[in-house]
Amino acid sequence: MSYGKVFLTFARNSLIRDMTFRTNFILDCVSSLGWTAMNVGFYLIVFQYTQTLTETSGDQPGWDRDRFFLFLATTWFINSLVQAFFMPNAEEFSELIRTGGLDFALLKPIDTQFLISFRRVSWSSLTNFFAGLIIAGVALYRLATDEGYVPSALSILLYIVYCGCGVAIMYSLMICLSATSVWLGRNQTLYNFWFYLTNFSRYPMEIYNVGWGAGLYGFFTFVVPVLVVVNVPARLIARPLSTDGFQSWSLVGWATMATVLSVVGSRWVFKRSLLSYRSASS
Amino acid sequence: MIFNTALAERLVYRGDFALGTLMRFLPIVTQIFLWQAIFGAIAADAKAGGSESDGGTEVTTIGGFGFRDMVAYYLLTMIARAFSSMPGLASGIARQIREGEIKRYLIQPLDLIGFLLLSRMAHKIAYYAIAIAPFGLVFFLCRDYFVAGWPPVHVMIAFIASLIMGFLIGFFLESAIGMIGFWFLEVTSLLFVFMLFSFFLSGHMFPLTLLPGWAGEVVQFLPFKYLAYFPAAIFLQKIPEDELPMEMAIQAAWLAFFIVICRVAYAKGLNRYSGYGG
Repeated sequence: MSYGKVFLTFARNSLIRDMTFRTNFILDCVSSLGWTAMNVGFYLIVFQYTQTLTETSGDQPGWDRDRFFLFLATTWFINSLVQAFFMPNAEEFSELIRTGGLDFALLKPIDTQFLISFRRVSWSSLTNFFAGLIIAGVALYRLATDEGYVPSALSILLYIVYCGCGVAIMYSLMICLSATSVWLGRNQTLYNFWFYLTNFSRYPMEIYNVGWGAGLYGFFTFVVPVLVVVNVPARLIARPLSTDGFQSWSLVGWATMATVLSVVGSRWVFKRSLLSYRSASS
Repeated sequence: MIFNTALAERLVYRGDFALGTLMRFLPIVTQIFLWQAIFGAIAADAKAGGSESDGGTEVTTIGGFGFRDMVAYYLLTMIARAFSSMPGLASGIARQIREGEIKRYLIQPLDLIGFLLLSRMAHKIAYYAIAIAPFGLVFFLCRDYFVAGWPPVHVMIAFIASLIMGFLIGFFLESAIGMIGFWFLEVTSLLFVFMLFSFFLSGHMFPLTLLPGWAGEVVQFLPFKYLAYFPAAIFLQKIPEDELPMEMAIQAAWLAFFIVICRVAYAKGLNRYSGYGG
């Protein structure tokens, strides 16, 4: 398929570009690993003081150390994929709109959203993907030796599928955010906004469901579904499937729906933004 | 002069600026929920274990911090960081060195460090003049988290002094790092690594007393804690009063140390400097 070929070319070009500035590339990797180590350190400290991150409620056990590290690894997988494949492109998209460079993208005989979304691959961001693999590996090993818990093949399959859904939701949000620069003229705060959004998704969703947090819980589950991004796959892998109650399955169902809705929605927003696009300074 | 420009600069986008400052508190919202869950879990554990201290989230403490203290701590580190963070200072110096702009200070009767310090001060004061509204709003909304209320006057004075010294330490530390640009032309990645470390070690991420054993002692010895942890701990009266004067003296010593380092680096750097660029 030609789109696949085009994507491979993009990926190869980016890799060549990254390799041209090799020291910079390595330093990027090192600093991502530093960030990972700091987070792991922080949670190791927290788990010195507590057994679980959240209270056990009903049949839902709390997030204990190993399970939470699985959660963290999931966050790392999804964020690193988003950062590697979409973050540089979304930024460039805002810039293209502002400078009028989008004209050239529109002229190419290829789907514009595809071209805009996949042009650059930031290979160094994938370091965190491997860091996530290590975290997940250690956590799974500990769970297997301490509790004899090994996720079933079905769990793992579902986990991969819903990680993919998470990436798709994040991608859609990002495209929507960067497309707003058509109307706002400039969108410098994209990075900040993105940071604040993902900040909510980084923790187990139960923690918001107290007091006035219920509003946030609802908003970030149903309106801007960032909470399901990490929570759904992490729950699928961290606990045996059968003991999950009806509620968890309806959440999985919602995650599926949210993925479809947000991909379709972002496509619509993207098209709308192209319609409103008036070239600049060419 | 510099002050007026900085203030005018801020006032142009005051709405956007106020909103941006408010947004900065958003991560604290998630922190509140996270710690609430953690303290809840600890309390529930204690109850299940049948221990006597089942007073809920009020009694449980981690590293000397109860839940409300913890939230108050995060809010206070926001203030401390507002004083001690120097966005773009080190990278600005490094850029000026790389592009040869720095020779301006060699021919004009201007001291680079003095000039930068004055302009930073002006910027910061202009910043507070505007930022006081969103900060005040957030602190007013969160006043319940400050269980002890206002600290006594002498602690308040120590708090303000530590903030000002925190600002100066932040300034001289960052400038000294920017001076590395005299030796290595590209320092952006290095700066990023440094920022990560300072985020972790300054106590911006969590109160440093949570660190166990030797790690805690080492970090307490490092100068980073004055950038965020120390002022907040003073305000919350987590530092015993008899140790307070000594701690303040150590902070002042670190400040003097960085002033010297910065000066020496500047003088040495100028000797190496060869004025690239037009």
